[in-house]
Parts: sequence; C-alpha cells; structure tokens
Amino acid sequence: MKRLIHYLDNYKKECVLAPLFKMLEAIFELTVPLVIAYMIDNGIRQGKSEVIVRSFGILVVLAAVGLCVSCTAQFFAAKAATGFSKELRHDLFKHILSFDFSQIDQYGTSALITRQTADVNILQNGVNMFLRLFLRSPFIVAGAMIMAFTIDVKSAMIFVLVIVALSIAVTLIMRSNIPLLKSAQKKLDEVLCLVRENLSGARVIRAFTLEDEQTGEFEDTNEGLTALQLRAGKVSGLLNPLTYVIVNLAIVLLIYTGNIQVESGTLTTGQVVALYNYMSQILLELIKFANLIVTLNRSFASAIRVNEIFDVRPTMSQGEGTSSIPDDNGNSAVEFKDVSLKYHESSDEAISNISFAIPKGSTLGIIGGTGSGKTSVASLIPRFYDATSGTVLVGGIDVRDIEVTALRDHVSVVMQKSVLFEGTIRDNLKWGNENATDEELLEAADLAVCRKVIEEKGGLDAKVEAGGKNFSGGQRQRLSIARVLAKKPKVLILDDSASALDYMTDKKLRANIASLSYDPTVIIIAQRTISVSDCDNILVLDDGEMAGFGKHRELLATCDVYKEIYSSQYGDEEEVTA
Amino acid sequence: MAMDTSGFVPKGNLNADSEALLRGGRTQTVKRVLSFLKNHMGKVIISLLLAVVSVAATLLVPIFIGRAIDTIGQPQSIVRPLLIAVVCALIVGISQYAMNLINNSITYGTVKDIRNEAIKKIEHLPLSYIDTNPQGDIVSRIVADADQFAEGLLLGFTQAFTGILTIIVTLALMLSMNVIITVVVVFVTPLSIFIARFISKRTYSMFKKQSVERGSMTALIDEMTGNEKVVKAFSKEREVLERFDDINSSLSTSSLNAVFFSSLTNPSTRFVNAICYALVALCGAMFCIGYPSSLADIVSVQTIGTLTVFLSYANQYTKPFNEISSVISELQNALACAARVFEILDEECEAESEDAKELSDCSGKVEVSDVDFSYSSDRELIKDLNISVKSGQRVAIVGPTGCGKTTIINLLMRFYDVDKGCISVDGNDIRSCTRTSLRRSYGMVLQDTWLRHGTIMENLRMGKSDATDDEIINAAKETHAHGFIRRLERGYDTVIGEDGEGLSQGQKQLLCITRVMLNIPPMLILDEATSSIDTRTEMKIQSAFEKLMKGRTSFIVAHRLGTIRNADIILVMKDGRIIEQGDHDTLIKAGGFYKKLYDSGKVDGKEAEDGDTNERAG
Repeated sequence: MKRLIHYLDNYKKECVLAPLFKMLEAIFELTVPLVIAYMIDNGIRQGKSEVIVRSFGILVVLAAVGLCVSCTAQFFAAKAATGFSKELRHDLFKHILSFDFSQIDQYGTSALITRQTADVNILQNGVNMFLRLFLRSPFIVAGAMIMAFTIDVKSAMIFVLVIVALSIAVTLIMRSNIPLLKSAQKKLDEVLCLVRENLSGARVIRAFTLEDEQTGEFEDTNEGLTALQLRAGKVSGLLNPLTYVIVNLAIVLLIYTGNIQVESGTLTTGQVVALYNYMSQILLELIKFANLIVTLNRSFASAIRVNEIFDVRPTMSQGEGTSSIPDDNGNSAVEFKDVSLKYHESSDEAISNISFAIPKGSTLGIIGGTGSGKTSVASLIPRFYDATSGTVLVGGIDVRDIEVTALRDHVSVVMQKSVLFEGTIRDNLKWGNENATDEELLEAADLAVCRKVIEEKGGLDAKVEAGGKNFSGGQRQRLSIARVLAKKPKVLILDDSASALDYMTDKKLRANIASLSYDPTVIIIAQRTISVSDCDNILVLDDGEMAGFGKHRELLATCDVYKEIYSSQYGDEEEVTA
Repeated sequence: MAMDTSGFVPKGNLNADSEALLRGGRTQTVKRVLSFLKNHMGKVIISLLLAVVSVAATLLVPIFIGRAIDTIGQPQSIVRPLLIAVVCALIVGISQYAMNLINNSITYGTVKDIRNEAIKKIEHLPLSYIDTNPQGDIVSRIVADADQFAEGLLLGFTQAFTGILTIIVTLALMLSMNVIITVVVVFVTPLSIFIARFISKRTYSMFKKQSVERGSMTALIDEMTGNEKVVKAFSKEREVLERFDDINSSLSTSSLNAVFFSSLTNPSTRFVNAICYALVALCGAMFCIGYPSSLADIVSVQTIGTLTVFLSYANQYTKPFNEISSVISELQNALACAARVFEILDEECEAESEDAKELSDCSGKVEVSDVDFSYSSDRELIKDLNISVKSGQRVAIVGPTGCGKTTIINLLMRFYDVDKGCISVDGNDIRSCTRTSLRRSYGMVLQDTWLRHGTIMENLRMGKSDATDDEIINAAKETHAHGFIRRLERGYDTVIGEDGEGLSQGQKQLLCITRVMLNIPPMLILDEATSSIDTRTEMKIQSAFEKLMKGRTSFIVAHRLGTIRNADIILVMKDGRIIEQGDHDTLIKAGGFYKKLYDSGKVDGKEAEDGDTNERAG
C-alpha cells in the first residue's frame, strides 16, 4: 500500500480535507451528549423550558452542519479515490505494455487483466473507505474518551479500560480469523476447480464411468470447506456479542460509580447520562471499524498483487542503438551465430546452437515437429526475446544494437494466432501502415487473397468485433497477413499463418508473396513440407537443434528428419513433386 | 469440448430466462428453499427462539439502565437494576453467540447439501445441457450463487426477523411509556427510507454510466493485454495508451459521480436520525418538566431515566429501519440466486429405463439405421443415416468442419439420443442398455484432451482403477509417453494442473491414448486423437495404435491420409449426411467429393471449397 500511495500526490488537498471534514462531523456528534447533559442539568432539573428549546435548537443545528460537513467529506474522498485509481490504472497499463514477451508468458494474460480491473477497483474502494472511516472511527473512540476525561477523570479510567479490552479482543479475533479465512478461500478455490473439471470432463468421466468417484472426491472437498468455514465462524462470531457484553458491563460500572459520585456531589445526573451516551457511541463505532478492517484487508491483498506487477522490470534493454538498418546486398538479411534460447532460468533450452545466414531477398522455410523450436527461432529475429547466448543479426547488425521500433518496422511477423482488433477493417489494416491510402490497403488485401472477404463484409468500413469474432479463422489469417503486407517490411515472417487456408488459397498466397515488387526476405514456418519445398533454403529443426539446412532436394537426400517428415505426410510409395 | 455443435444450438438468453422464472415462480422458489431447510428445521426453530430472547434482552438493558439512572441520588438501591442489566447483557451476548453458531451451521450445511446435490446432478445431466450452457455460468451458479443464496437468505432472514421484532417490541415498550414521543418517532424515522430510495433512484443512471464505461475499459484491457504480443510486434504501444487514457478519464468522471452521490445516503439518513433524536429529547424533556400541562393527564410522569431509555430506543429503532431496504434487496438477490441454483437442480437427469440391460462381452457389431438427429428442432442435422459395421471393422469419418462427424460419436456413445431410428450394438438397441455398460464398451480418445487435476499416475489410472504401476509404465512405453514423463521433474508423480496445465497439447494426447491402452474395450472411438502430435511421433506410436485397433471395431475421425486409407469403411460426410461410403480405392475411383478432398491434400476438408464459415454461425 505504501508504495502505491504516491498516486494520491495530486490529491493531497482532498486527502487532507476528507478526513478533516470527517473529524469535524465527529466533533459535532461528540457534542450531542454534552447538549443532552446540559438539557438535563439546566433544563429539566431547573424546570426551564426555554433551555430545553434552546438545546433542541442546538441539536438541530448540529445535525444540519453535520450533514453539510459529511457530504463535503464524501465528495473529497470520492474525488481522491477515483483520481487515485485513474492514475494507478494508467501507470499499470503503461507498465504492462512495456513487458517483454517472456514476462507476458510468465504472468499470463488473465492475471494481468485481473490486476488492471478487479484489483484496481478494490483499491479504489479501499482508499475511499479509508479516507471516510479510518480516521473517523478512532477519532470518535478517542474523542469519546477525551470527553469523558473532561467530565470526570475517575469515570474516564473506565473508558481507558474498555478501549484497551476491546482493542485486545478485536485484534485477537481478527488475527486468529484471517488465516482461517485464507485457508477457507483456498478450499473454495479447490471446490471451484473441481466443478469446472467435472463440467469440462463430462464426456471422459462418463466414458470411463467415473461418476461416483468424482462425486465422492467432490463431497470430501466440500465437507472440508464446510468444516473450515464453521471453524472460522466460531471465532468471528464472537466479535459482536463480546464487544456488546464488554461495553454494557462498562456502562453498568460507570453508572454504579457515577451514582456514588453524584451522592458525594462531584458529578451531576446529566453528566452520568453523557458518559453513558459516550460509551454507546464507542460501541457503534467499533462495529463499523471492524467492518472497515475487513475491507482494508482485501485492499492490502490487492495492493500486494498490483505491486508484484510493478516490481517486474523489463529485462530487455530497449536498444539505444541505430535506427537505420543498411539495405545493401553485402550483408546477409538475417544471420544466427550459435544462438541458444532458454525461456526460464531453470528450463531446458528451447533452441540450441543454431547458426545460419540467408541473403537479402531470399526465402527461408523452417520446418520441424511440434515443440521443435520453429517459433522460437522466428521470435528472436524481431527481438521478441533475447537470445540466451549467441548473436542474432539483421542486416549485419546485432539486433540488440538496433532501436526496437526500427527493428520491428524492418521485420514483420504474422503470428500463429491471428488477431484482429475491434474497429473497422480499415483500422485493422492501418496497424501496418498508418498513412496507407485505401488503394494501398486494397493492394495488400489482394496480395493476401482477401479482397473478396473484404467486399463480402461490406468494404473497408465493415465492422470488426472484439477478437475478430465475426470472421472465420481463415479470414482472420488472411487479413492479418494483409495487415503486415501493408507495411511492406524488409523481412517478412509467416509463422504457420496459413494453417486455416485451403490448398488453393495457400498456393496463391505463396505465389503472391514470392512475386512481391519490393523483394523482401521471406521466412515461412510450416508443418508440411509442401509449404516450404519451394524455398531457397530450408531450416530443419528437431527438438531445438538444427537437423539440416539446405534446399528441398538436398535435404531429401541428406537429412533423415526431413525425409521422415516428408514421408509421414505423403507415404513412402508416393513420390509427390511439389 | 471439441464440438461441431456450437452452431447448431441456440444459446438461450439465460438472464431473461431466470428473471422470468423468478417472477413466475417466486413462491415456488420459496417452497424449494424451505424444503432444503427441512434437514435443519430444529436448528431454525432454536435460532428463531434465540433471536426472540436476544431482542427482548437487548431492549430490556436500557430500561434497567434508565431505572438505575432514576435512582441516582435517590435512597433506593441502585444495585438491583444494575444487576438485572448485567444479567440481560450476558443473556444477549450468549444468545447472540449461540445464534451465530447455529446460523453458520445452517448456512454452511445448506450450501454443502446444495453443492453435493449439484455435483451429482452434473454427473448425470444430459450432455446437451452441459454443451449448451456456458461452463462459467454453471460454475458461478454452483459456487457463487449457492453462497449468495444461503448467506443472503438465512442472514437476510434472521436480520429481517430480528429487525421487525425489534421494531415491534420497541414500539410496544415506547407506547407503554409515552404515546406522544412514540408518535413522533414513528412519523420521523421512515423519512430516512424515503431519502435512501430517492438517492438510489437518482444514482442509478450514474451507476449505469459507470458500468458501461467500466465495461469498455475492461474490453480494451482485455483486447490489448490479451494480444499484447501483436501490439508490440507493430510497436503500437503509444497509440494504445492514448486510447486507454481517453476511456480512463471518462471512466474516472463517471466513477466520481457514482461514488459521490451514492455515498450521500449515509449522511442523509444520519441527519434524519439526528433530527429524530433531537425531537425525542425535546418532547421527553418537556414532559419531564410537566409541559404542556394540558397533556399531563394522558401522559404518565416523565423521568430522566425514561428520557435516556427513549433516546437509546430512538437509536435502536432507526437502525433496523435503515437496514431494511438493504435487507430487502439482499433477500431479493438471494431469491434470484436460489432460482438460478434450482434451475440446475431441477434439470431432468438422463433417464435410465428400468429394464435396461447390461451390455457385456460385445463383439462390436454396430448398426445405425434410419437415424435422424438434430440439436435443435429448427435446424435438422442428420437425416436418414445408415451405417452397418461388422465386428472388428475400421470406420473412418471424414468431411468438412461442422459436417456432423462429432455428432455421430455423440450418438454412438449415447451422449445424445437419436430423434428417430435406432442404433444397435450386437443387435441390442442401445436405448435398451444401461448407459454405463454401453460407454464401458467403448474406448475413447478425443481431440480435446481432458485431464484432471492430479498426478500423471492418477490420470492414467482412470483407464483401469486397479492397474499396477508397472502396467501403467508399460502402457506409457508403448505409446511413447514414457519418454517425456520421465523427463518431467517428478516423473509419474508430477502433478498436472487443472485441464492439464503445464503439458503441451501433444503430450496431453499421448496421455489420453495411454489411458485407453490400459484397458481396451471391444470398441474404440478416436476423434482426431493425434491431431496435436507431430507426424514423426505419430509414426512412432503407430504400432501402439495398431495394437489398440486390432480386432476391435473402431470409429476414427482423422485428417491424415495414412490413417484413413487403411479403413474398411470411409464415411464421407457433408452437411450432416453421408454422401459417399466405401473404401479408399472405390471412393477415389468414383471421383466424387472424397477425391476432391484427397487431392486438396487435407482430408479434414478445412475450408476445402473456400468455405469460409463464420465461426459463430458454424
């Protein structure tokens, strides 16, 4: 929480004024018992009706002023809380945008989304409640005690005793309850996980006729949850009755000693009543305070989670180097020098000791089984990850010496999972090139064989729903290829991005890409040999290692892995000429 | 689940449904709720009695304190009323604590009962229910709604009960002491409810605006964080942040309005209470000094003690009033949750006819005759389907996405029942057999692999509950799963997360195949069983598959040529019908749709004719 507090910096005024006005309200509330005491001692005892009416007037004025003051406080609190969450959300979003790919992988998008939405909302609520109540409750409790001291020191000692006893009780109950609640929450997560599992596995469970076993397992977990909840309830259920008894015992004691003092003339009846009223106020405030602590506990948990995100520092330097990548033919377009990549410190290498170079304007096919490291190789070229060892060069320059935006302008990837964003088709295609004219966009669409799709959907202004849900997988793939082609990149990487296309479309697309006027270097990642057999070079990967590098014919003759892949797709007896 | 069905099943408007149900069947719901409480009836009665005791004692405390105050400076003993007050306070404390314990046990007990019943229901609901209802919705009904229902209803109920009891008893006690002051209190207090209502009505539109903007904020975060890699690949961070800031500032404004105006409720009701308090003080004090004299006859003489009683009652009496609107909305909410939970509990289970026989030692002769089937009545899917499979034959099903391949599997396993016609195994109509025995006769590997949260060993043992470790390891060796399992940090004891988290799709498929290998039933269903396994590994496990399928009737949905070509029968499906049927050579010779698919090189027919199917519609 402490580390997030600077988001209130712009709202210092509000943060001071909100509790201040709350305190004023509390002062007015604390004055009420004094007015009543005055009413009793000077009005009733003396039989003066004008004193009573005046007291009534004071009470009404106190109530009205209290209303104004507390509304003002609510306003300042709301302003500070919403401002806090606005700035926090901005920074959090910006920070997450600066994550590199491995950090996105590590935290997972669903967690990142929850941090920015649910957790920020909880924090906003926490700040609001804190400003409104956290000072008010202790102030009333302390204020009531101070007022008691001004009336009678001896009686005030009872207040001190009560407040100490109550604080101990509340702390003990809370402290023993929080771990219980935590383990109950964990058990509830288990129950939730089991329900989900039984739904998603309905077919398998029935196929293996495991219904009874699954039910039994669920019932056990459920029983455990109930037991934990009951245990937590035994402790937390003590809070209200205990405070009630303590406060009432104190009231009785107060009146008993008060009585003795009235007899000896050191106190008036009105003052005893005032002490009684103060004690009642303490009871009410303490209950509110306990509820506040529960809210704040949730906020603290959220703050810890948000801070975890802020603690993540991008590990990748942003490439202070050059922004111009030489375009002469002297250098290879892409070169790997003994490159290895580990996604985590502890995990195995995803690719090991990869070395190859391809000339500008050539095509490279990358092929291999699932998990053989094809995408890992491709991800290193636009520097989505940094190589663990070795060097990746683009245009002869180490990618770490190139400004990241310049590099990603130069190298474009069509990813495996094709994603469109909410907006129009034009908005989406313009991601590639903001200044592209409609003609240019349509030209890119032609190249990606999706002109027809655009026309069917109603032109460039057709609406794209979030995630591109109103487009089929194949349509999305072609539009995301068009998006990249609009950019006219020097190096174009297609990561298995034609998997949802039928054979004819796929072939046409490959022909279009091969004949691009600006002659980019093209890297095609594919599962099937037919998609890469035309390439100038083919890189064959097996379990993260280079199994071969060369042309289709050469590889068929020399590379066992390539041969195996080829024959598994075509059968031995069938000689397909691709 | 990997289903071809998504497009064929109309998604009902669930919220509207449950709202309608709520309106129509509120009494129904209440009755069902009471039936759940039956097991706890004794506890409910004790809880209500304790509530009465605690309310009575709570209200007696100020009276005896008031009496004690009246004896201040008087000759009578102050000890007696004070002692009674102490006893009352102790009674309140003890009865409240006992009530808390009993209420907890009722609440949590009821939730437990509901959840247990719900899970039993889930295991026996027709799959159509599970397929057509969003999983998240069912989960939230069983987890969140069940909680809300039990807590809201029981706590809301006790709160309402003690609240109303407090109001009535307080009124009676006040009336017995002073009619005029009582009238004042009775007329002023309800004002706070009106004010609360007024404010909540006014703030409703602000909350609505806030939630709309929060929605678009969440959508943006969801889209951009979810696809952050694309954002970064195009270096669009700055533009995205600008869009974010736009939404962020308008969200902040609407949020400020909503938060501020709604937080006016408490100060306003407190103001009304303060006015009420002041009026009570005024009247009470005036009566104490015998003023106005004209009323002296009907009002008993007022003392300072009774004034303090009134003042503390004025506080106590307004409290349940202030709470009542929130209690009412809580109860309504709980009832809505209850209706949602009961919707699941009241679903019809898969019915088993009483004379259903056990299917055992079946030879694997499967006959599908004149079958019609559709997921929803307005869109027919399978029409006049006829397949005849001899024992031990291999049947491959091919066709474009959405053609009904998975549907056939649903029918064979009796996950769904046919609308017309009949499917028989060894001459027995499968509807005359128990579902359990039918399903036990099939081994099944699906494209969408499902693994439960547990160790790898536990997952594999699902295939055969009494399998020894050696048996399992041998099976894993046959399917070439042993290699990757051994490399895992804790080998066969590695705990895999929910839905196989931490394993690749291909590894999960290998585990699913191993699971079936352990105990191979007479018939097999392989639905894209190797779709995520790379072609080389697939070749390696071919021998395992041969062993799996040897002598067994098998139904295979696949797109790889090798698997399909060796089938005895190839069923070519399109739009829910079998359009071609025969072995590979016959079909190629026939030169029809199969040949076209085959030539395209992708027999799964993914968009074989540029069939750009809209994902939501098909």
